[in-house]
Amino acid sequence: MKITKKGIAGTLESSDVLVTVSPPVEPGVTIELESIVKKQFGNRIIAVVNEVLEGLGIKDVHVSLQDKGALDCTVRARLEAAAYRAAGISQLQWRR
Amino acid sequence: MKLRRTMLYVPGGNAAMVKDAHIYRSDAIMFDLEDSIAVNEKDSARLLVFHALRTLNYEGTETVVRINGLDSPYGRDDIKAMVNAGPDIIRLPKTETAQDIQDVEELIRQEEKAAGLEEGSIALMAAVESPLGILNAYQIATASSRLIGIAFGAEDYVTNMKTSRSRAGSEIFYARSALVTAARAAGIYALDTVFSDLNDEEGFVEEVRMAKQLGFDGKSIISPRQIRPVHDVFAPTEAEVEAALRVMRGIAEAKKRNMGVITVDGKMVDKPMVDRAERIIEMAKASGQRIPEEELHV
Amino acid sequence: MSENAIGREIPDSIPGCEKLKPFQGAFANTPLVRQEKGNRNLPRLNKLLDTVEQAVLKTGLKDGMTISFHHHFRNGDKVVNMVMDVIANLGIKNLTLASSSLTTVHDELLPHIKNGVISRIITSGLRSKLGEHISAGIMDVPVLFHSHGGRARAVETGQIKIDVAFLGVPSSDVYGNANGFTGTSACGSLGYAIVDAKHASRVVLITDNLVEYPNTPFSIDQDLVDHIVVVDSVGDSSRIATGATRLTSNPKDLLIAQNAADVIAYSPYFEDGFSLQTGSGGASLATTRYLSDYMRRRGLTCSWALGGITSQIVKMHQEGLIKRMLDVQSFDLDAVNSIAVNPMHTEIDASYYANPLNKGCAVNKLNVVVLSALEIDTNFNVNVLTGSDGIIMGASGGHSDTAVGSGLSVVVAPLIRGRISSVVDRVLTVVTPGESVDILVTDRGIAINPRRKDLVDYFHGSKLPLYTIQELKERAERVAGTPEPIKFGDRIVGLVEYRDGTIIDVIRNIAD
Repeated sequence: MKITKKGIAGTLESSDVLVTVSPPVEPGVTIELESIVKKQFGNRIIAVVNEVLEGLGIKDVHVSLQDKGALDCTVRARLEAAAYRAAGISQLQWRR
Repeated sequence: MKLRRTMLYVPGGNAAMVKDAHIYRSDAIMFDLEDSIAVNEKDSARLLVFHALRTLNYEGTETVVRINGLDSPYGRDDIKAMVNAGPDIIRLPKTETAQDIQDVEELIRQEEKAAGLEEGSIALMAAVESPLGILNAYQIATASSRLIGIAFGAEDYVTNMKTSRSRAGSEIFYARSALVTAARAAGIYALDTVFSDLNDEEGFVEEVRMAKQLGFDGKSIISPRQIRPVHDVFAPTEAEVEAALRVMRGIAEAKKRNMGVITVDGKMVDKPMVDRAERIIEMAKASGQRIPEEELHV
Repeated sequence: MSENAIGREIPDSIPGCEKLKPFQGAFANTPLVRQEKGNRNLPRLNKLLDTVEQAVLKTGLKDGMTISFHHHFRNGDKVVNMVMDVIANLGIKNLTLASSSLTTVHDELLPHIKNGVISRIITSGLRSKLGEHISAGIMDVPVLFHSHGGRARAVETGQIKIDVAFLGVPSSDVYGNANGFTGTSACGSLGYAIVDAKHASRVVLITDNLVEYPNTPFSIDQDLVDHIVVVDSVGDSSRIATGATRLTSNPKDLLIAQNAADVIAYSPYFEDGFSLQTGSGGASLATTRYLSDYMRRRGLTCSWALGGITSQIVKMHQEGLIKRMLDVQSFDLDAVNSIAVNPMHTEIDASYYANPLNKGCAVNKLNVVVLSALEIDTNFNVNVLTGSDGIIMGASGGHSDTAVGSGLSVVVAPLIRGRISSVVDRVLTVVTPGESVDILVTDRGIAINPRRKDLVDYFHGSKLPLYTIQELKERAERVAGTPEPIKFGDRIVGLVEYRDGTIIDVIRNIAD
């Protein structure tokens, strides 16, 4: 999947995460993470992000997250929404 | 006996509420993709509810998703997503005809097949929110074997009726009765409309009592604070439970002595009475009341 | 035998009596009292000073001494910062600051710490930037954290030797009779201040409300007071006592409160005449609402309540559900107004409240207490001092005092806060030992401490959602995931003192 513009999803409310997916400045995946639970879950969040990006076949992207304690499923949902918006795709693959 | 006394409405775009909704122990939680979600957030909310349903354990609380209607650009995607997410029930808003139900059912069936899921794995509910829908209530209620219940939505109905909501509710009296009647005739559940004034606790309890008296099985609710009052109203009183137990004991005695017809409390015990007694005991158990074990074996 | 000043013959000594001193004149041996009758303008004893600076100088405050404050003005306090600024300007250094607690308005102490004015802190709690910086390790000597009862014990036994107590009071007369419920800065009970006033070497009262003599009824009596300074304002009245402590409307807190009330109402402690204490916020306070419902339904009442008194408790009293109130801190205007006029609402000092080594403190008589927690571990040890990130942001308070004194201690907390589980294997900081904690109530289940076999047996078969604490921890982890542990440095920045003076835990600096 190719990221052609900026896509944003999520909110800054408690238990949510604001995800911004944008075309990369350099090739590859760069992740910027701000989180209220960075010490405890920072690595986990980044792992989930990488997992989702791999699943969507996204190789070149800049992802920035402002996390307010979102669970893994919320991170996935917001990241996917932002990514699809950034790629301009509306037909999603639901059978997983 | 499945209890659906309370169906807690959860905006599908609210991450905190979506993950926690079941802790309040309503009988059902309804994730909303329709009216509470802005047009430009439909995709995001759909994904949030999708992932939540697939990942989180809602611990036995019945999960319902209110999708957008097929007359909107979102309904089809909602159905595709939710069939794969696996809630217990998909709830269709603003249902007016049996055809509405059948169209949705067909799309669900197709997606179930394509995804290799067992057909019929997801049930349906219909919200009736318009005069036409009320007039078609029975046809809607019998439109599909998946349909387990119909719910009344007063706000839209009242607007269509060119009137406004009142405390006493005379403008929706007919609609309520019609809906319950249709549900009973079809053998499915009937849910009453939401009560929006969270500060009017007395008014809320009054309305719940009235809904119970009309025959509703439960109510759509918009805040966890409304759960206990509804469960309390629907809980059988000690007197009712005692009376029901007397009926069951009477039946047990009659069986033992091979008697055909018996009377309990001066009334002849017929099947409807036994059914009512069983329902009361089930409701009592489900409400957390203690029924002595020996009483249950009849 | 000699003649005294009034011409009477007085023996020099008599066997069996002390040495006898002959009378020398009406004013000769009492220098602090008026020396001349007839001059109506001279006050008999002048304790009034014009400025805080004069007061500091008069007390003879020197480097290395210990000064104390109370926290009855909560987030509206102006006294600590005001006095510390003056002390800093006078060039005094290396003081031990013993404030009964410190709140979010005391971040202004940071420069005084950096400049060496304050070299040691003894307190119940630290918050905000002050807590963050101390967690980062800006102080050489660790902060000593005590409970409310522990502080009273320490002050009374001399472990904390207060050289000067600077006590802000909402009203005082020229002799130092002070109370907490009159004036615009009214704060209600002066429970913590009273202990300091009784034991400090020197006592300075700071008031914005000088009233006519005698200021009765008084909580601090004139005999304890050395100096009095009148200032414009001792506190921000809107932040000292809000109108009424409002009940939370947060549905999760209400759920926890309902669960806690269900547990208490089911317990054997819920009987007519029981006594109660609750925390002042969130779920613990909201428990009163649901307990009241049960009390009305079953027709039973509390004989007394302890606190931390809030408008909720006062309302219950007014409704006839609580007979008497013992108040060491009044949280809102309703409580302040009540303590001012109601003989059933009585001010008590911190020692009466919870000193474990006196002749009997109030917590010993308490039946039920509802407490909060930042963290609780599988041994039921509770942390109310450091956040899940290890940073100091709370207070020991009356937690460990009431937990052990009460018959039934109920800790309420959401099982998961955001993404952090409140139930862990090992709390970051132990304030209250698990031996004194009986039941944990969360929004997702209840755990009874297995040490309380009597309660485990009693609750067996109830319809309450009971789990082991291990199960609750696992439920939290299934939802939120398993966090990585917080990394600490090896410097000790805080000592947590248990109410008996022993050290129950240490706090280390955050490794960054």
